[in-house]
Amino acid sequence: MSILLSSQSRVLVQGLTGREGTFHAEQMKAYGTNLVAGVSPGKGGTTHLGVPIFDMVADARRETGADVSGIFVPAPFAADAIMEAAAGGIGLIVCITEGIPLYDMVRARAFVEAAGVRLIGPNCPGLVTAGQGKVGIIPNHINHEGSVGIVSRSGTLTYEVIQGLSQAGLGQTTSVGIGGDPILGLSFSEVLRLFKEDAATRAVVMIGEIGGSDEEAAAESVIGRDFGKPVIGFISGRTAPPGKRMGHAGAIISGNTGTASSKVQALKRAGAEICDTIEEVVAAAAAAVDQPSSAAHR
Amino acid sequence: MKFLEYQVKERFRAAGIPVPDGRLAKNPDEAALAAGALGSVVVKAQVPAGGRGKAGGIKLARTPLDAKRAAAEILGMTIKGYPVREVWCETAQEILRELYLGLTLDRDARKPVLILSAQGGMDIEEVAQTHPATIAKLHPDPWRGPLAFEVRDLIFRAGLGPLQAQLTPLITKLYALGRTFDALTIEINPLALTRDGGLVAADGKLEIDENAMFRHKDLHGADESDEDPLEAEAKRRKLTYVRLDGSIGVIGNGAGLVMNTLDLVEREGGHAADFLDIGGGAKAEVVHSALELLASDPRVKGILINIFGGITRGDEVAHGIIEASRDLNLKLPLVVRMTGTREEEGRRLLKEAGIPPEASASAAARKIVELAASGGDRPAAAS
Repeated sequence: MSILLSSQSRVLVQGLTGREGTFHAEQMKAYGTNLVAGVSPGKGGTTHLGVPIFDMVADARRETGADVSGIFVPAPFAADAIMEAAAGGIGLIVCITEGIPLYDMVRARAFVEAAGVRLIGPNCPGLVTAGQGKVGIIPNHINHEGSVGIVSRSGTLTYEVIQGLSQAGLGQTTSVGIGGDPILGLSFSEVLRLFKEDAATRAVVMIGEIGGSDEEAAAESVIGRDFGKPVIGFISGRTAPPGKRMGHAGAIISGNTGTASSKVQALKRAGAEICDTIEEVVAAAAAAVDQPSSAAHR
Repeated sequence: MKFLEYQVKERFRAAGIPVPDGRLAKNPDEAALAAGALGSVVVKAQVPAGGRGKAGGIKLARTPLDAKRAAAEILGMTIKGYPVREVWCETAQEILRELYLGLTLDRDARKPVLILSAQGGMDIEEVAQTHPATIAKLHPDPWRGPLAFEVRDLIFRAGLGPLQAQLTPLITKLYALGRTFDALTIEINPLALTRDGGLVAADGKLEIDENAMFRHKDLHGADESDEDPLEAEAKRRKLTYVRLDGSIGVIGNGAGLVMNTLDLVEREGGHAADFLDIGGGAKAEVVHSALELLASDPRVKGILINIFGGITRGDEVAHGIIEASRDLNLKLPLVVRMTGTREEEGRRLLKEAGIPPEASASAAARKIVELAASGGDRPAAAS
């Protein structure tokens, strides 16, 4: 079991023939992902990395049964690519592209919501279901199968956690990077709800960062309400000054919202265990999966 | 991209949003001339920062001589690090009441939000704290924008029903302007109700989404070259850099990882001098450029590089570090932590170059704080 992505998922890549798309789709294939098609407007009818290329997502879906799309399209065209995937019948869209104009994203987000489709990202590393498949750019070799779910707003920090867990002998179910932009698809709350229902996931590591109030919302509406599994939380940017955008467009403390302490407090109140370092996260996750899941949560 | 008040007001005027008459002055004599033409004026410092009034950068002048004096004072000021090079002199308004109107993006609702308040003239975040009941919000559908009845509803909820006829077109125009310019924030604050019953934009703010600048290449905003010279240099080098107050230079890949590195430095008792993210897939030249930038900062007493290779390759980064420390003749303590893609090669290269990488990010943070503390004190450095 896992969430969002499995070995049964039929994956297409929008922007497959581009430099980024080619490099990462090769890695995805090497990980065992069931890559079935690519979409590059104007290159329909050709073949790339051993899969057929289509002009339109809808064609790829009809011909190959693709149900998941990874987007590696340049920022000016990425919001349109997201909407094309949603209209083309894709069930899960993973947008890796960074730097999409925010007004493009609010429109794409509304479009995706109306279509009832799940979107991960943009500006995210994507997701891996350990041993089954990957859509995105998380390095292959760090993932190992196991029982810890990961949800994170960061890219490289997610890799740190995955690697730390794997080195400690703790595998993962699914690791999801939800992205560092202000306007995102799936929130912490939505991914946590999926982990709650996933029998294979026995503990969840949640990597938040300063900015916005998505962590607080997840604490109040999901973790604090009979989540039933241990949640190990980590917030980066605790020493970041207010008013400065720390790399991620979304990582900014403005006024009283978005501070690390507000997030830490909310998560603690909800019963999550908050750690100060990645090493502590790994140790806490190890302790959590050692115990029967019902007893581990208070 | 941020804009100066007068630049925003030019946009407002072009969009049909009423603004007071005004003139730009680069010296006291020009300010006197403006007052001669306009009568009583408000002389306002033009800098891309808030809090100008509190800093003394806004003065009322009833005569040309007053205006000349006010401009002479203000033009010498530095407000929030920005030297004042221009003042905007505009007709003083007889204001009965100050309102607030703004458009921004609501990340929690994942939609644009129009905000209207019967309480203007101060920071809207402050109003939200002190007079929350005076704030009304509308989340327009991002595809069709606000409909007329939604705008009316917003006005009534803000308790501004009597001004409905004047406010409705203003709100619609502000939304259209914000959309056209991909505004992260566009604000009229205060939106002044004047003695003659008109509504006028007494001040304005506009910040455009950097991600959308490819659509607005012809626009020129505030000259931000007055900002921190290091931040300006980083921008020229296309590096994601934020200046902080400490003495440990930090370089890493990925925003979350760099933020965490700052936290680790702090945990070990040090303070980071910067946030510098070289991003994904950085080549040796980028690492070189990042190191060069930090080495040029006299506050930096030691540099910590934290790399987790995903798309970024360890060997590429190692080459950048080795070449840069050689070219720059780097004397500062340098600690590297490297893991991920091609880490073996990267670590081997570093070891051979006499920069043995640390095993973990925590260990690396501890080491650089120690090294910077022992070797970084300026007077002791001579020994």
